[in-house]
Amino acid sequence: MKKTALLIAFIGFAICSFGQSADDIITKYIETIGGTEKINAVTSIHMKAKVDYSGMSIPVEMINLKDGKTLLKINFQGKEITQMAFDGETSWSTNFMTMKAEKDDSENTENVKRAAGDFISPLIDYKGKGYSLELLPNETIEGVECFKIKLTKKTMLSEEKEIPNVEYYYFDKENYVPIVVEQEISSGEMKGQISQTLYSDYQEVNGIYFAFSMTQKIKDGMGQTIVFESVELNKEFESSMFKFPGE
Amino acid sequence: MKKSLFSLAFIFVVSTLNAQDLLKIEGKELFGDLKARQIGPALMSGRVSDIEGHPTNSRTIYIGTAGGGVWKSQDGGVMFNSIFDDYCQSIGAVAVDPVDPDNSLWVGTGEVWTRNSVSIGDGIYKTNDGGKNWQKMGLEKTERISAIEIHPKDNNTVYVGAMGALWGDNEERGVFKTVDGGKTWTKILYLNAFTGCSDLVMDPTNPDILYASFWEFRRTAWSFNSGGLNSSLHKSIDGGKTWVKIQNGFPTGVLGRIAVTVAPSNSSILYAVVEAEKDTEKGLYRSDDAGTTWKHLNSDFGLTVRPFYFSRIVVDPKDPQTVVKAGLSGSISHDGGKTFKSLGFMHSDIHDIWFDVKDSDKMFAATDGGLYRSLNGGITMEIIENLPICMFYHVSVDNQTPYNIYGGLQDNGSWFGPSASPGGIEARDWESIGMGDGFRVYPHPTNPKIMYSEMQGAEAVWRFDSEKQQVKTIKPFPIAGDPKYRFNWNAAITTSFHKPDRLYMGSQFLHKSDDMGNNWTKISPDLTTNNPTKQQQSQSGGLSADNSGAENHCTIFTIAESPLDENIIWIGTDDGNVQLTKDGGKTWSNLTVNIKGLPVNTWCYHIEASSFDKSTAYAVFDGHTKNDKNPYVYKTTDSGLTWKSIVTADITGFVRNIQEDYKNPNLLFLGTELGLFITIDGGLSWSKFTNGVPAAAVHYIELHRKTNDLILGTHGRGIVIIDDISPLRELNADVLAKPLYFFTSKPIEMDESSSFGGASSETQFIGSNPSSSAQIKYYLSKRHTFGKMSLDIYDSNNKWITTISPGKQKGINIVEWGYNSMSPKVAAGKTIAGNSMFGPRVSAGIYKVVITKGNEKFESSLDLRYPTKTVFTLEERKLQESTTKVLYDMTEELAYLVYEMDEYILHTEKVIKENAGLKKQAQKLNTDLNALKDVLVVTKGDNYVGAGEPQLREKIGDLYSTIGSYYGAPSSSQLETLKMLQGKLADGKKKFQAIKDAQFTKYKAATEKAGIPSVVLKTFEEFVKKD
Repeated sequence: MKKTALLIAFIGFAICSFGQSADDIITKYIETIGGTEKINAVTSIHMKAKVDYSGMSIPVEMINLKDGKTLLKINFQGKEITQMAFDGETSWSTNFMTMKAEKDDSENTENVKRAAGDFISPLIDYKGKGYSLELLPNETIEGVECFKIKLTKKTMLSEEKEIPNVEYYYFDKENYVPIVVEQEISSGEMKGQISQTLYSDYQEVNGIYFAFSMTQKIKDGMGQTIVFESVELNKEFESSMFKFPGE
Repeated sequence: MKKSLFSLAFIFVVSTLNAQDLLKIEGKELFGDLKARQIGPALMSGRVSDIEGHPTNSRTIYIGTAGGGVWKSQDGGVMFNSIFDDYCQSIGAVAVDPVDPDNSLWVGTGEVWTRNSVSIGDGIYKTNDGGKNWQKMGLEKTERISAIEIHPKDNNTVYVGAMGALWGDNEERGVFKTVDGGKTWTKILYLNAFTGCSDLVMDPTNPDILYASFWEFRRTAWSFNSGGLNSSLHKSIDGGKTWVKIQNGFPTGVLGRIAVTVAPSNSSILYAVVEAEKDTEKGLYRSDDAGTTWKHLNSDFGLTVRPFYFSRIVVDPKDPQTVVKAGLSGSISHDGGKTFKSLGFMHSDIHDIWFDVKDSDKMFAATDGGLYRSLNGGITMEIIENLPICMFYHVSVDNQTPYNIYGGLQDNGSWFGPSASPGGIEARDWESIGMGDGFRVYPHPTNPKIMYSEMQGAEAVWRFDSEKQQVKTIKPFPIAGDPKYRFNWNAAITTSFHKPDRLYMGSQFLHKSDDMGNNWTKISPDLTTNNPTKQQQSQSGGLSADNSGAENHCTIFTIAESPLDENIIWIGTDDGNVQLTKDGGKTWSNLTVNIKGLPVNTWCYHIEASSFDKSTAYAVFDGHTKNDKNPYVYKTTDSGLTWKSIVTADITGFVRNIQEDYKNPNLLFLGTELGLFITIDGGLSWSKFTNGVPAAAVHYIELHRKTNDLILGTHGRGIVIIDDISPLRELNADVLAKPLYFFTSKPIEMDESSSFGGASSETQFIGSNPSSSAQIKYYLSKRHTFGKMSLDIYDSNNKWITTISPGKQKGINIVEWGYNSMSPKVAAGKTIAGNSMFGPRVSAGIYKVVITKGNEKFESSLDLRYPTKTVFTLEERKLQESTTKVLYDMTEELAYLVYEMDEYILHTEKVIKENAGLKKQAQKLNTDLNALKDVLVVTKGDNYVGAGEPQLREKIGDLYSTIGSYYGAPSSSQLETLKMLQGKLADGKKKFQAIKDAQFTKYKAATEKAGIPSVVLKTFEEFVKKD
């Protein structure tokens, strides 16, 4: 009897591990990082980080609001430089030469607008956002065998055309968190090359796990890492912080 | 009881297996940051076999290559990216799905231009996302796919022309059809096991109409035959259910290869190029009634030349009268095929042509020397300069710093170029040292100015003096009593480990020269099987004679002199002999019969004489020219009396080369037709290396003795280098079981070369340089995903220097440190002080590396040294370092001074705004502070040409970067400037103190009285603290 039970358990396990759908993996991922309820309760994320580059340690501050407003600024020799901001309508940044705010081109602004609902992760309520998933064959990346999931979002604009907006997520099979996300570069002379973001140092903040280390790179190239020193949730921010200052 | 025993036995077996399996680790879980760099070059590029474009978006173009996979351009053919790295790199046909042309693409592997050196395919692949992910869709044994035609309304219906095996019979050839998107295939037209489908075209207006040409062909290592009674042209009008021969008007008798196409703008017009018996009947045929009848139009050289290599005819999509035929130069007709002229000057051997879908003036040509583009209908052509798909047969290296790499290329001569170059390895870094097809190229072992190269069949063998620019032909010639010398197409040459002027060369005999090729001595009898039936090359070619030397056989192919004993020489021949002399050539032993399990006459591609033991050698054999694609790798430890196969199921592709490590006899590198394989246990198990090494044919491997770089000569992806493989020497079961293991770090000479260099344009390929940073290398047994992980560097006094982002993957991690300590805290101004942004370089010395992973700490050290080849004395360096430190401290002192002032300025601004009673007093202080600040930092302007006049911060920064970025002593003038700046800083401090003395006490008392909190300053230490 015991043997049979064991056998059934084994078969069950085998089926479970072979028969997982992309949806199962995402459900497991959301559970792993804290669960839908906790994630949905988040209204803002305030992250402080630093980037080490050639002896410089550059402080970075990132604020994301649930409604899509975003502010990413760095502090350089006491000067605050906005690397990327979105106030709901306008996407903008500081021109390094003049240190003045300049608008993104309309195509990029539109793409930022379309991504405004991807607060915390585009995978959360992906169906509600009209996104779709496809489970691809497992792949080993970062030395780890991963579930590979293709996320197709709503189209994006590139070179005046609507193009597919696709991201590939690699979930560590052992712990169901994404360790790499890939996307094809869609314009410019790097078009066609693959950009990768590596995630690690997951840590808990108010019951939700966030990756405290993110490395951005071109596939097979060298990367630049940003390490988060603090993540605070649900702080209040004035809308004016995000506003394009030129108007 | 029995059961328990069984369980125990089972547990024992499992645990034994686990112990053995420890080293059998997947390459992707092991090699991690040990990555290859592909350095091309791209200036001579390589053979392109097929071009295909998007049916409506002319910006998207794909090319299939002979050995370099599939490349995609999304900008109309300016820049290309490789999209097929992980799969077989020999491409027959690429097809864009007309139903979903943005995403869906099919690739049929196995080139169809069947020269002697052609590779093999392994089936058909499909992508649904524009080339990011691929799925194999079967037809694995077809070997070569000539065409893929996709139904324009139903993309589950696909027809494939399978040419089949070149080197033997096989039944997986003919026309295949799928109606379920490639899940299952039906062979819908098949003639026999030696005739394959060499061209397949679908009528653009009716997908049920198909034309298929069939070709009877066969290669052996010593001959080629094109043509036979089975070569034919067929048509189906019912989606391949039934076929009829359509040759009304074709020559009678034996036919050879036939190219066929339909004019896209008028599907009644067909063109066919036919190889036939009579010269007058060869060449171009045209049908104006969809193949019912044919008319011979042209038999010019350009239309009939080498059909096995040039059998493609392409019609302008807009004009049925404009026809282009692939060929030696490529031919274009604007009168419907009546007359032709050559395409514009470009690399010879054109295999395919592609017209832009919107503008027929814009066209692309696939050649033996890369992809060309024309903007004027083929009149002038320009090469695409970013396709590093060159096809090396061989590589060697010298001992210079940086070392040079030498090699010969298919139809692209012989070259050498550097392994590193300022600004990256560019086209202009490569020097041509041989014409024709290039093969073995060697530098003289001790004289870097002398090098040897050859062309096909040793038609010429050269010694080149690069300093004097002198070339001497040094090919051995027969003397009285000698038979004709037989040299392989890729003739064996090698230099000696023991005598720098010695050179060996193999015909059927082994020749030795001790004076750099001036004079030769024959030191062996005929070492081959000398089979006369394999020496009839003048009859090779079939319908079109083709005696280029490519089929020369019964020749020596590999020569391996023992690095330990100059009298021990191993020889391998193309007809399967392995011979050994232990007395410098006086006597020879044929060891072939001792190699058990090796089919007779299997080409010995390479022998590697061991660096550890005179009696040990490795031999690899390639049976593909006998239609045997199995890997053969043998090792002997008793001078060839017995041989042991070290092949495992891990290896894919037939084998071309093996390289033994110089330090660890269990570390071996294997080059196969499908990439690089590495064993760390002497061949008990092999791991495929994929980090930057595509699944390309690795024809030759060299391991640099000084740098430990592994250099691969690939036949389709150029030179690929894995820098410093030494970590692999330390891998064993114990290391792999550790959570974190630091690899041994040798002393590192800090790189002091300039950052100048680089003269390539935006669209030219540049090979990347090796890292010039200090590298921290460690193995992680598990990927770090949860919790903190950091890497810090400390000096020998345990003073923290800097933090670097650690690698976290399972396997080998390599973290780079550019020798910088932290940059100084810089005074805040209106603009950015760019000159103060860098952290000073650390001194030579021992540095501690600490990785913190959760609660665990792992420590190692780095031994940094000044370069041994330097013009600076230690004293000069120390003066540079101490002066840089002085300027560093001045930068921070000024930063603190400005910080203090800024805090008060801010305070006064608030008071001025909010407290009318104190306004005057605050204003005075504010004005005085701002006036002083104006001479300390830039307070106006921008970071470009609107910059304000440089102030003290900028002047200190300027000197800091000038002195800090040089490794020798500062000059007297610079030290004088420093003195002046020190005076100015002291003056600034003094003036600030004066303002403080005069106003602060009163200001503080007054503001406090008004209830305004005073300024609270950080201490200097708090202000400059870095972490």
